[in-house]
Amino acid sequence: MGFWRRGITAMAAGLLVGILPQVSSAKDIVKIAWIGPLTGALSQHGIGGRNSAELAVKLKNANPATKYNYELVALDDECKPNVGVQVATRAGSDRSIIAAIPHYCSATAIATVEVYNRFKLPMVVWAAVLPEITYGKKLPEIHRVSGTLIGQNRVGAKFMADLGYKRFVSFADTTDYGKSMDKYFTQFTLENGGQVIGKFGVPPDQQDLSAELTQVKELNPEVIFFGGLTPLGTRLRTQMVKFGMDQLMEGQSGIIGEAFINAVGAQLAEGVITFFDSPRIERTEAGQEFMKKYAEAGYKEPYEAYGPFSFAATNLVMDTIEKAGPDRAKVTEGLAHVKDYASTVGPITFDDHGQNITPLTTKFVVQDGKWTVWEDSEYASGNRKLGRQK
Amino acid sequence: MDIVAQHLLNGLMQGTMYGLVAMGFTLFFGVMDVIKFSHGDVLTFGAFAALVAALLAQSGGMGVWVQILAMFAAAVVATALIGTEIARFFVLPLRHSPTLNILLLTMMLGTVIRECLRLFYPNGGNPQRFPALLPAGGINFGRAFVRYDGLILLAVGLALIALVHWVITRTRFGLAVRAVAEDEETARMMGMNFRRVVRLTFALGSATAGVAGVMYGLYYSEINYGMGVLLAIIGFSAAIVGGLGNLWGAIIGGYLFAGLQTLAVALAPAATEYKTFFAFLVVIVVITWRPTGLLAEARSERV
Repeated sequence: MGFWRRGITAMAAGLLVGILPQVSSAKDIVKIAWIGPLTGALSQHGIGGRNSAELAVKLKNANPATKYNYELVALDDECKPNVGVQVATRAGSDRSIIAAIPHYCSATAIATVEVYNRFKLPMVVWAAVLPEITYGKKLPEIHRVSGTLIGQNRVGAKFMADLGYKRFVSFADTTDYGKSMDKYFTQFTLENGGQVIGKFGVPPDQQDLSAELTQVKELNPEVIFFGGLTPLGTRLRTQMVKFGMDQLMEGQSGIIGEAFINAVGAQLAEGVITFFDSPRIERTEAGQEFMKKYAEAGYKEPYEAYGPFSFAATNLVMDTIEKAGPDRAKVTEGLAHVKDYASTVGPITFDDHGQNITPLTTKFVVQDGKWTVWEDSEYASGNRKLGRQK
Repeated sequence: MDIVAQHLLNGLMQGTMYGLVAMGFTLFFGVMDVIKFSHGDVLTFGAFAALVAALLAQSGGMGVWVQILAMFAAAVVATALIGTEIARFFVLPLRHSPTLNILLLTMMLGTVIRECLRLFYPNGGNPQRFPALLPAGGINFGRAFVRYDGLILLAVGLALIALVHWVITRTRFGLAVRAVAEDEETARMMGMNFRRVVRLTFALGSATAGVAGVMYGLYYSEINYGMGVLLAIIGFSAAIVGGLGNLWGAIIGGYLFAGLQTLAVALAPAATEYKTFFAFLVVIVVITWRPTGLLAEARSERV
């Protein structure tokens, strides 16, 4: 009996000795929510963004110097405002979630900003570009690393004027996002001496565009500006080419990404031009590091256009938690003072509305099935011509 | 004038697709007094079956016309089978229950089909590029542009409408369908296999949707898992406005709906977002004016 008692005591002591150091070094788990379209027509963008956020968390957790162990709770908003409100409410009401990195679609983000404010959940938008998300109201919880759509339209209008294009038709979806795109496109095009000779608004799920294209053809513009997201953009491009139209298609950040070229095909996508508020990440050290780590992680899906932004937003949130501690109010306070934060998408500085004011606009054109930076393309060198280019 | 011709061509193409969908609704209602609301999703299922067949034929190195034939064959077989099974397992056993039950059941079935495509087809949530197998380009008539693929598909659609009409009005099977539609009991007493007629009618109606699905894919070069929802609502409205249960009514309803959408864009180019709203508004007015549709059942033969 004495032997057994001594044996059990020795085993218990041994276990305690073994466990104690682990207990003292175990980090608290901190949950952060990531929200975007994981299903539906825009899921390719969402999955790329989710993978990028997941990668940021993995890399952070692998760093022994961090104070906390981070857990990413990925939620699917399907790019639908009503679903977005549901998942934002779910994240907000879960007190173990300290911050959120939400939304690809502007229509979803604008519907949910009040939810984050109500639940005092600090958030950093990773992709949606509608100006009103940050500038509609001054809410302390709302921040955004991506630019607003104003900058890209300003750069785009100037660029098109420099190329000599004068006659434009605007073709935008009827969501707040599309309307805002149309508004700023029109404003800057007129300021640069262009003419907007027709405007067409279509619901984002409309399949047949032949009636609208018949009218566009009659107006005979040089450029069709598109303000909407990838699914409608692919339909517009496919149907305008099938309709025998040779106008230049001018897109914006809503169609940037591999999903557009995959859906349209390299041949039909050729010569589509677009503007995107992002530096050339392949030329920055942080960007190259992200691309390398993403490739090493072995994700099957591409990180898509906004993956680097999702990666940057997730890192920013985790770094703020590291400094402020896992407390919603303290993180909100910490995010209010972000200035020149070094990230994959360049330095991030939030203004008093939580808007990153440092994005750079890059011009892209589809060349041989790839989004190519304008300055590197054969279109810029004059070896190829854009639609209706003089 | 050119623009009118262009709008007319666009409207004809759309109207043919709507008419094909509406024909299915009218066949089901004519024979069984049921509204099969999964019809739009059956169309989508047919389009995806065609896409798979085309990809398989392509990987097997088959020629373009073989690929096209494979697409239509796969869509027709897949949709006819699914239509038959819906009739066998859901519609026939419930035929004595309230009509609303079948409507709700088929609506749920449609959701199941749609979700299966989204979840189990690779990247099913994304729009799928449909192979552009028909000749590209077209002819300019003045400023009107006639697409070759549009012309071919229009001919296919019109031929299918004529074929279904011929089957219903000129064949023994069509006679059986019309007999069952007129009076089920008498048809049974005359020795007709009621269950078989119903199953075959569902197969025929669903196969027309399958062909419409392939036409849709070939015309727009893209399909997606949710494309059948609005098509079903429009097809159903077209069947109602034409006169539910009447084959010609469905076709007229299809062209009327497409005509209204096109007219809205032609008359108010700055308000194109209201075209479907306008078309549905007119449909509501027409139904209020003639609740049994333009070709009222009382004045015409059923199916």
